[in-house]
Amino acid sequence: MTDEKTTLSSPSDDQRTSLLKRLTGANTLWIGLVLLVLVAVFGAIRPDAIFQVTTLQFLLAETAVLLVLSVGMTFVIITSGIDLSVGSVLVFASVSSAMAMNSVSGGDATNAGWGVIAFGLLVAVVSGAVWGLLNGLLISRAKIPPLIVTLGSFGAAQGAALLLNNGSNVSGIPDKLNRTFGSGTWFGIPNIVIVAAIVTALGALLLSTTRFGRYTYAVGSNEEAARRVGISVRGHLTKVYLLAGVLAGLAGFMGNAFFRVAVVTGHETDNLNAIAAVVLGGTSIFGGLGSVLGTVFGVFIPAVLEKGLVIIGVEEFWQPIAVAIVLVAAVWLDQTRRRARNQR
Amino acid sequence: MSEPLLEARDLTKNYGTVEALRGASFTAYPGEVVSLIGDNGAGKSTLVKCLSGVEQPTSGTLLFDGEPLILNSPNDARGLGIETVFQDLAVAPDLDPAANMFLGREILKPGVLGFLGVLDKKAMRKQAAEHFTRFGATLQSIDVPIAALSGGQRQSVAVARSVAWASKLVFMDEPTAALGVMQRERVLDVIKRVRDEGIAVVLISHNMPEVLSVSDRVEVLRLGRRVARFKAADTTVEELVGAMTGALSQEDAA
Repeated sequence: MTDEKTTLSSPSDDQRTSLLKRLTGANTLWIGLVLLVLVAVFGAIRPDAIFQVTTLQFLLAETAVLLVLSVGMTFVIITSGIDLSVGSVLVFASVSSAMAMNSVSGGDATNAGWGVIAFGLLVAVVSGAVWGLLNGLLISRAKIPPLIVTLGSFGAAQGAALLLNNGSNVSGIPDKLNRTFGSGTWFGIPNIVIVAAIVTALGALLLSTTRFGRYTYAVGSNEEAARRVGISVRGHLTKVYLLAGVLAGLAGFMGNAFFRVAVVTGHETDNLNAIAAVVLGGTSIFGGLGSVLGTVFGVFIPAVLEKGLVIIGVEEFWQPIAVAIVLVAAVWLDQTRRRARNQR
Repeated sequence: MSEPLLEARDLTKNYGTVEALRGASFTAYPGEVVSLIGDNGAGKSTLVKCLSGVEQPTSGTLLFDGEPLILNSPNDARGLGIETVFQDLAVAPDLDPAANMFLGREILKPGVLGFLGVLDKKAMRKQAAEHFTRFGATLQSIDVPIAALSGGQRQSVAVARSVAWASKLVFMDEPTAALGVMQRERVLDVIKRVRDEGIAVVLISHNMPEVLSVSDRVEVLRLGRRVARFKAADTTVEELVGAMTGALSQEDAA
């Protein structure tokens, strides 16, 4: 057999598509270029304002929370699911964590130490996990479509968060937490950004190098095929929504550290922003395809647009319009590519 | 002849009031290609589903190597070295051929990384490439998504995947349907090669010349029962069609 030219004789590197070809074939590269071009254009117009350390720091810190949400959303969308509840779960985790820290510190945790902060983190992550698990079980066991399940928990988690503290924000976030993770920096990089970067890197590794990641793609690509080779599709879907919930909980805690208060409003469109970021980053809304790196680009494109338009003096109301155009174009591109592919 | 590898006796399967199988029997010997033929609705697909664990028969017995066998799921069958190539292929179109071949059976890196669930993609690519070579699946590259392959190549991957994990028996439900002449030849070639490795192949097909060219034996189903058994070398297309349509029957076949 080995003398046949057309047959694979050995798995040597010439059978692998070259790195350049693989990169240019991927949406990720193009979306990365879009981001680069945006930064370059705004940078060329107002270099003094854009490349200012404080501008960049603020941009990064604001985006960190959304990035953590979007990493979880990437996994969900690759399974061809959707999670509308992330913003509400974030609020719920943020409120319950702040209240838990206050209650173990006699009503005000402002001067609390690391022990209380660690407890607050635990509460945030666990409350996120509970919502995620609930989503996952309803989707995988009760077979209710993800759109409906998470639309339900979107409302329920928000309502529950408002009930917890009669609809008001919770103050009393420990100063130590805010100084370290809210406003603290490390070589000029906000610490909250470092946390988000670590979470993102771990998410990227989980998705691209592990069996968990492989099953995530497989379930999204062809659920029936995954089931027939013996993958527990129900168990895997539950874990994916659990992961999204845990990350939303962590994001809630990061928000507490950054804003020094658990805010009950202002997260109503986090879900849509996260979905937009993931899809902008080249992850297919139909499942089976996507990357965490793409999501990173997808998170920063709207953020850069917003900051850039403000700085160059264009009314910021143009930002959602510009994002919408890029978003629809991205999905159209994905559709066209799939159609071309499936015609073979 | 040697002892049967897999034997079904008097299987019945009812879907509500519909009787898909009415006392069907079936036998596969080790290392042979046996074709299962019958008209549409004769119960071929149902029989294969019962034999591969996808469905459970309403009544009847299964014997594997002479021992009674109960298959509650496809995983039970897989554990015994029985694999199935489904008519709809059941591959993940966004994953590459190597990933599809090892889906559900991934190779992990040794040591701590493996404990963390990290895949050994290189090892899987290498083994997949060797395997595809052995079974004549020609792919230009091993790392493009299955969806980017032609229909025939997809079929080759699906066939090669099942063959890779079967140690005893492979069911192939219409593996050559919708294939070009060249690709059809290649799949038939794979079937013979699998048989030569000592693995039994159960082929379901509508193409009589193909059945005769590749099989050692042929079993015919009609209306949920086995109505005839032939040695492929001693029979003709006319005889097979006669058995399928009920024009001809063997008293001892059921």
